[in-house]
Amino acid sequence: MIRYELLKSILPIIRDHLVVCNIGAPSQELYALDDQETNFYMLGTMGLCSSIGFGLALAQEKTVIAIDGDGSVLTNLATLSTIGNHQADNFILLIVDNGSYGSTGDQPTYTSGRTSLAKVAAACGCENTASVPAENVGEVLREAIAMRRQSVIIAECQSGNVDVPVIDLDPVNIIERFKTQIQDI
Amino acid sequence: MATATDQKIVDSLARCGVGFLTSVPCKQLAGVIELADKSDQFMHVPCNKEDEGMGLCAGAYMGGRQSCIIMQNTALGVVVNTLATLIQFYHIPLPMLISYRGEIGEKVACQVEMALHTKAILDQLHIPTYHFSDSRDVQRLDGILTHAQMSRKPIAVLTDATFWRSAQ
Repeated sequence: MIRYELLKSILPIIRDHLVVCNIGAPSQELYALDDQETNFYMLGTMGLCSSIGFGLALAQEKTVIAIDGDGSVLTNLATLSTIGNHQADNFILLIVDNGSYGSTGDQPTYTSGRTSLAKVAAACGCENTASVPAENVGEVLREAIAMRRQSVIIAECQSGNVDVPVIDLDPVNIIERFKTQIQDI
Repeated sequence: MATATDQKIVDSLARCGVGFLTSVPCKQLAGVIELADKSDQFMHVPCNKEDEGMGLCAGAYMGGRQSCIIMQNTALGVVVNTLATLIQFYHIPLPMLISYRGEIGEKVACQVEMALHTKAILDQLHIPTYHFSDSRDVQRLDGILTHAQMSRKPIAVLTDATFWRSAQ
């Protein structure tokens, strides 16, 4: 299962929640699949998806799902220790681990080698960390939301992207409609 | 040990509605960080690096909390992309309370190297910048914090060694 298929499979679950989505292919694929005002699309700033999502979860009570990637998490690995040392029961970090930098041409990341993000996250103090085959992510995600449990879910995916357009939304529009939805949902 | 000036800074942050703070450790700002951490007015989440901190602040802002980052000027070398493509691009207000190392009175020569670039980087990014060099400058902080919120921009408050020496 590639990222696009994974995103498609969890749409019914994430649609009703606040989603912070990683820069590049992940945001573009999510936008093409199912644009929601509860989605915050990152248009730049590689590496900060987990941090933005965590700040949002700390600041308010609604469930936040940050959809990050292995390459981006490796860029900002230390934020896992911030997440591991602070509690936000409404925070779920979903790392799409396809072992490659999808947005730049599928060059391999070190998770395709010897690096285990699940072990790093656990060593950083993140409880409820699990590496899950892509096919089972929906079930695990649904449970984490229902149990209201801070979780790190590492989705084991195949490398590959789908050809979708660049997001044509204005950044101020993205953030303003997102902030409005936080109050309304 | 926190000083009266540290208290005035923390009081100003609270009075202006800041509810979320992130910080990296700093000798000069240690008193402010200590008071902010003890206060129940703020959620204080220390970060590992300043770009990570700005990500936390951006998220907290979207969640309804005014945010502020406490950092050293050397970090401006780390956060240029984050300031441009996250904070400025999405119109996120972000006061940066910065210790301005490398100015007159500095004892570590290497700090001078980034001090040389500090105002140039801020100027290049068109970030409103306020230089505090006397403890009485703290009276300007309310207005500066309000201005950041109103304009939805990052702003920089540079607090130099002379400011901290005159602080009581």
